[in-house]
Amino acid sequence: MSTDGPAATAVPHNDPMELEHHTADETHPATDAPATAQPQRPAHQGHSVRLEGLRAFYGEAEQVRGISLEFPANQVTAIIGPSGCGKSTMIRCVNRMHEEIPGAHAKGKVLLDDVDLYDPAVDVVAVRRAIGMVFQKPNPFPTMSIFDNVAAGLRLTSRRRENLSHKVESALRSASLWDEVKDRLSSPGAGLSGGQQQRLCIARSLAVDPEVLLMDEPCSALDPIATLKIEELIDQLKQRVTIVIVTHNMQQAARVADRTAFMLSGALVEVGPTQEIFTTPGDLRTEEYVTGKFG
Amino acid sequence: MSGHGQAQRQLQRFAPSRARQRSDRLARGFILAATVIALIPLVLILYYLLSKGLSSWSPSFFTTDPTGNTFFAKASIGGIKSAILGTIEIVALASAISIPAGIGVAVWLVEYGGERLAAHLVRFFVDVLTGVPSIVFGLFIYIALIVGTGSSYAGYKGSLALSLLMLPVVIRSAEVVLQLVPGALREAALALGAPRWRVIFSVVLPTALPGMVTGVLLAIARAAGETAPLLFTAAATFKTDFNLGQFMNSLPVQIYNDVTSPTTSVVNRAWGAALTLVTMILILNLLARLVSRRSRLA
Amino acid sequence: MEAASVAGGDRSVLERSPLARLPDRLLKYSLAALTALILALIVYFFIRLVGEAEPVFAKSGILDFAFNNDWNVGANHFGALPLVLGTLITSVLALIIGVPVAVATAVYLTELCPSRVKTPVTVLIELLAAVPSVVYGLWGIFFLAPKLQPLEQWLADRLSFIPFVGGGLVTIPNIFIAGLILAIMILPIVSAISREVIATVPPDHKEAALGLGATRWEMIRLAVLPYCRAGITGASMLGLGRAVGETIAVTIVIGDAPQLPHQLFGQGYSLAAVIANEFGEAQGLHRSALFAAGLALFVLTLLVNGVARLLVLRASRSRSASPANPASAGTAIVPAPVR
Repeated sequence: MSTDGPAATAVPHNDPMELEHHTADETHPATDAPATAQPQRPAHQGHSVRLEGLRAFYGEAEQVRGISLEFPANQVTAIIGPSGCGKSTMIRCVNRMHEEIPGAHAKGKVLLDDVDLYDPAVDVVAVRRAIGMVFQKPNPFPTMSIFDNVAAGLRLTSRRRENLSHKVESALRSASLWDEVKDRLSSPGAGLSGGQQQRLCIARSLAVDPEVLLMDEPCSALDPIATLKIEELIDQLKQRVTIVIVTHNMQQAARVADRTAFMLSGALVEVGPTQEIFTTPGDLRTEEYVTGKFG
Repeated sequence: MSGHGQAQRQLQRFAPSRARQRSDRLARGFILAATVIALIPLVLILYYLLSKGLSSWSPSFFTTDPTGNTFFAKASIGGIKSAILGTIEIVALASAISIPAGIGVAVWLVEYGGERLAAHLVRFFVDVLTGVPSIVFGLFIYIALIVGTGSSYAGYKGSLALSLLMLPVVIRSAEVVLQLVPGALREAALALGAPRWRVIFSVVLPTALPGMVTGVLLAIARAAGETAPLLFTAAATFKTDFNLGQFMNSLPVQIYNDVTSPTTSVVNRAWGAALTLVTMILILNLLARLVSRRSRLA
Repeated sequence: MEAASVAGGDRSVLERSPLARLPDRLLKYSLAALTALILALIVYFFIRLVGEAEPVFAKSGILDFAFNNDWNVGANHFGALPLVLGTLITSVLALIIGVPVAVATAVYLTELCPSRVKTPVTVLIELLAAVPSVVYGLWGIFFLAPKLQPLEQWLADRLSFIPFVGGGLVTIPNIFIAGLILAIMILPIVSAISREVIATVPPDHKEAALGLGATRWEMIRLAVLPYCRAGITGASMLGLGRAVGETIAVTIVIGDAPQLPHQLFGQGYSLAAVIANEFGEAQGLHRSALFAAGLALFVLTLLVNGVARLLVLRASRSRSASPANPASAGTAIVPAPVR
């Protein structure tokens, strides 16, 4: 269903060669490019990710054993499964974070709108710009203020300063954090509560305008109220980005996800609309897991 | 094929700019270069030591005392026998003093001091002591044992100065190892009804011993290379003397004296002595490394 | 144990006889006494040192000793300013040259290097610390100084518009060579401690930076270096302490001229060098002045090292306060840097 969306957006980007020079520094000037028939990339027209035979290793040990799976554009896909089933490892392969662990490597394909991210010609830095990540533990930069945390990614790519505060504000608004922090943007990010820190990290990821957002158990360190806020946020964000969320909390998956994938021992058991997975799963193991018989 | 090119172009929007890639490469290049630069002096020193020092090595170089002759080109200037023996004697006595004392303090810190204020004070003090210049330890011993005593320099006074220098190193390294001894081991022995001192002597110390050897060897290596504290405690002399109550020669002090000589052959003797000293110290360091690899307390 | 039950027939089994408890107490108090004795000895030495230095202070005052620039043995006048300045200039020079290189090696070894290279390079850098001071001096005066002289002269000629650096004749032992040798000597300790500090940066922060699409260098700049600032400052201060107190190598290469340092490539003197050089023949007031120089050195290194230790400790404390960090950070950093 989503394969048309990305193809449509892919076209305007690859037409003019000079585009590459603008876009290296700036995220938006695609709008100035002559060939851009569409005035601006519509918010709802997103990007899909497809895994093909993805395998991930720690040294010799194979933690993810050949997964093929699609994350459709502008949808929230939840990955559930018992701890140790490889779900975190799997999404860390999507933005090639997995290979940062000494001795770890991955095989297979991860396609972002038909671009194989493991193609040798692909720059890993670009992959991580295109696919943002929110981690299990809120990890704002401890030495930076709230403002600087959000601006950190922007400052890497853009020399221009004039738009910075505007972009920071819009990222904080997108993360529903603006109203809580607008009066203390210069105080340290580490001084916020856990839930606020996690939303700060979401704002930091959104500020660089990624196409996909990966969330690795983003609420596991948070209290229920903070968790609820993040879940509401996820619902709004899918207008803008494709979201993949790993969670050990099945209620959370049921609440936020359009589609749910169930993993066991490094393999994909089944994937489908969330409703279906939780009510009429096709596989006995899924049924046992979602009804709490194990895990 | 075209799919590939298209693919690249689409991700291009996110690719780091040329400037960023350049600064990344540049910074990594600088960091690598700095690491290489850091290793250059070591290579140069070792190379220079070998090329200069080996030529003055000969059997008689190690078996004769220096003669003190620096003027007559024909006459022999002698070797470094007294310096080698002196260094061994002085360092052996310094080790005999500082190793038991240092381990004693470390045992007190770990077994009795714990988190008490006094223990923290001692730790801080010991840390600061590691930074005291070695020449100041020489001054301390000079003041305590030579000023007003009517006596003069002596080998054992050099040993005392070196033992002051070794103490903080021994204490700190022994403490780290003692802390690694699992508490469960102590509790097991205490639960058998053993008194604390037996636990320390028959469980804690034997367990920690191999680990402590590393720190001790490094402390010895450090002391063996020190010149400054010996200058006015043990002084320099030519003849071999096994009496630690007399003036005593040592390798570092002899090298120091020889460096300032205008005579080439004497300077060459300094190179030979330096190569000897560095060889001794490197052997101690290698031993320490081997021991520490063998005996990981974990 | 047996002693208790045999000797005390009428005593409760649970009570150990005073005799059996004796070794325990003996050990505890003798160890405490040993510790106290060592502390007391150092305090005693310090007081005696002040006492020995007193005559020179009494003659013309502490201020004159510290700030007068005339160190004249013949005239029996001792102003230590040239020595203090020589010590400070060479030490700061060592920091300027040595710290960036040391921190870069630490960053390389912890963040960039392939794991195969890591151990050998670490061992080699630590071997630099095993070379005795006198050997550095020997190498400095016979190899480094002559080899660098043309380069120094070239620099001095080109930079003659900069006061202190440019102009003048390059002498063979000189202040710059002393600073360079010191830089090499402090490199291992600064590098080792920086490495331990950098190793405490939580992977979370590094992943946060990488996840934002930072290049490796940007990750180091964004997540690693700011986090380690206090620890690296502490490491540099420890290096400074080393440089200030280093004696023999400096004595050999600094030129031993008791004059105000007026040129980077000219001769100078340092507190430690003057003691090593002149103590043997010194008498009376001269000897007292050398003790005063030792006292100045002692106090200077105490201050520098005290501050450094506090910085490193605080850096590792704040680390271990956060749950993700190994509590071992504190102990891993403090062990005596061995040279």
